[in-house]
Amino acid sequence: MKNIWKKHGVLERKSLLLTVSILVVVSVGGLVEIAPLFYLESTIEKVKGVRPYTPLELAGRDIYIREGCYNCHSQMIRPLRDEVERYGHYSLAAESMYDHPFQWGSKRTGPDLARVGGKYSDDWHRDHLIDPRSVVPESVMPPYAFLAGRQLEQKDIEAKLWAMTKVGVPYTQDMIDNAKTDLQTQADPFAPARDFKGRYGDAVLQRDFDGDPSRLTEMDALIAYMQMLGTLVDFSTYQAEAPENLR
Amino acid sequence: MNHSITEPDRAPLDAILLYVFVGLAALGAIFATAFSDDRLFRFHGYLLIGAFTVAFALMTVALSSGRLHSAQERYADGVIRAGVIATMFWAVVGLLVGVVIAAQLAWPSIMYFPEHGWLNFGRLRPLHTSGVIFAFGGNALIATSFYVVQRTSKARLAGGAWPWFVFWGYQLFIVLAATGYLAGITQSREYAEPEWYVDLWLTIVWVAYLLVFLGTLWKRKEPHIYVANWFYLAFIVTIALLHVINNLAMPVGALHHRSYSLFAGVQDALTQWWYGHNAVGFFLTAGFLGMMYYFVPKRAERPVYSYRLSIVHFWSLIFIYIWAGPHHLHYTALPQWTQTLGMTFSIMLWMPSWGGMINGLMTLSGAWDKLRTDPVIRMMVVAIAFYGMSTFEGPLMSIRAVNSLSHYTDWTIGHVHSGALGWVGFISFGAIYCLVPWLWKKDRLYSNQLVEWHFWIATTGILLYICAMWVSGIMEGLMWREYTPQGFLANSFVETVAAKHVENVIRMVGGLMYLAGALIMSYNLWRTVRLPSPASAAATPAPALIPAE
Repeated sequence: MKNIWKKHGVLERKSLLLTVSILVVVSVGGLVEIAPLFYLESTIEKVKGVRPYTPLELAGRDIYIREGCYNCHSQMIRPLRDEVERYGHYSLAAESMYDHPFQWGSKRTGPDLARVGGKYSDDWHRDHLIDPRSVVPESVMPPYAFLAGRQLEQKDIEAKLWAMTKVGVPYTQDMIDNAKTDLQTQADPFAPARDFKGRYGDAVLQRDFDGDPSRLTEMDALIAYMQMLGTLVDFSTYQAEAPENLR
Repeated sequence: MNHSITEPDRAPLDAILLYVFVGLAALGAIFATAFSDDRLFRFHGYLLIGAFTVAFALMTVALSSGRLHSAQERYADGVIRAGVIATMFWAVVGLLVGVVIAAQLAWPSIMYFPEHGWLNFGRLRPLHTSGVIFAFGGNALIATSFYVVQRTSKARLAGGAWPWFVFWGYQLFIVLAATGYLAGITQSREYAEPEWYVDLWLTIVWVAYLLVFLGTLWKRKEPHIYVANWFYLAFIVTIALLHVINNLAMPVGALHHRSYSLFAGVQDALTQWWYGHNAVGFFLTAGFLGMMYYFVPKRAERPVYSYRLSIVHFWSLIFIYIWAGPHHLHYTALPQWTQTLGMTFSIMLWMPSWGGMINGLMTLSGAWDKLRTDPVIRMMVVAIAFYGMSTFEGPLMSIRAVNSLSHYTDWTIGHVHSGALGWVGFISFGAIYCLVPWLWKKDRLYSNQLVEWHFWIATTGILLYICAMWVSGIMEGLMWREYTPQGFLANSFVETVAAKHVENVIRMVGGLMYLAGALIMSYNLWRTVRLPSPASAAATPAPALIPAE
């Protein structure tokens, strides 16, 4: 036993050896826990219906991140009875496979938003964002009235899709080239949508989200994003007990 | 001093290198700003141009008047004095923002301004967390580590002018991060919100910090590296590793503020919480344990309780902490084996944490009477007690069954604050109360009575805060899962929000008291600096390289 304490004296005399030892010791845990996640079936499975965000949804998601919504709203429903009854089917890994970065959150000062899509009307969302206490008197949420007055910035949307492809999101060249058109199409119920829906699927929502047809605002984008949250997987046909989902 | 007299015309190499670096950085900032068409990127560009040109101009004056020589026979204390001032400044700012956002949750219809979205909770909360963790805590760590490594190595800081680069570069990082949050520049990674270019800047500063620290160790005249330095070193090295890997991202453009993280979903979540929990483990624990291992024995005038315990708890602490991240992701889409591993190691972590607590507390053996007479010692001992309390609460909350109740609730917020206000805050305040008379060559603090006021007001504030959060956290957790006899959910979500109003007010009052304590401290320190220096110190030449340990 005496020898061990003596041997530690070597580390106390050699600063580089100490530095390297620290690096080795702190690397073990992360390697064991994180590295397998890139190979395990259950964390990289694909589930029918999950698709990359449309340009308008992606722009809305960037506003969600910019305003720090994740500070108070989680997007991760746990498989607990009360959560499943309150919010809907528990969240699947595949549902956030295109989330760079993830938005699971860590705090519910407000409710979970993983499946908020389709639960409220666009009008409710707009009123609620402009003045939360006008529709929910006890709410402590900040007002986001300025979103309705701000033109949505469109000039870097192609670059955003391009950057997403670099981290592994399967946007096609066709999607990148038409990003700006698709962005405008989705917020305009009268725009021809055949190509847009060809790219992102027939289920994609196309309407004037903020109720102001004259402008494409940040409110449009944010509501478009929230109205699709958690709606991609059809849980009437998804079978958690199916062999491919039981691992 | 002799150095500059014998060689008055030759500027030191380290200062010239820094001068060239700052000049190039100023040029780079000007070009990047000029060619960017991204409004937010340009905003930070102007800030960088301002910072680098002012630094360049000041360095031009300093170099031409030969002021950047470093006298090797003396300790570099100027940068530490600056660090102490910055620590107190950011403490007040960070705590103030915390009080404001607590008030927003207590009185939302008064504290929000629809026309000023940048003052919303979502933008201010990262400002508060980064403000207290990185601005207050980071400055306290850098300043004390510079002090401790010099005294325990009997050597001046390495790198000449570069410790000043570490200091100012770190302040620039803070300003970029803080203004970025207000302007809406964020990656949304908790405690790692700054965007890619700010992360790159911090990486440069951090590598310089590591080299200054290691360089000083290489120059040491003591054969052994003192235990406090092991902890500081583990903090610096591991934060570098965590920072680089967690912030891997693809920028939208070379001159665009936004980036998308390299990982997505599950992988991204675990990478982030591997980072997030070890920001706690290495920034808020290992670094401040380094502080404890120097300032507690020094102030108590007793040796560290057990050398062997410090070896055992050092290696087990840094080995086990890294595994604990997955307890932030219980019941999520993260595989269950990873969650279980994270939980197991979190519970194991209790032991090394308490090893540190025992080593700190027992250092007072034979000096317990000082608790009564010296409020500074009392503050540090209470800090260690809070460390023990929150490192017991943490493992408890990491148990899956407990976590199913506590997660997403205010309980987590209370837990964090017992660690942050109790442990991190009090051990830093204690260290700074020690440092200011030492650095400004005074024989005492201006007023011990004011330290007593600070101690009692702040301690009461912490207790109000954490008790309110225990009540509201456990209450909302129970309300979320409450069922009626008919089998329906008993409460809508907003009913649980409304139920927390009183606790939110108490929390705000607790935070305000803690802030008041910091303001009293700032006043006390200011008056200490203004005290006349003791005659003996003024007469004798400044002591050169006196070993402190």
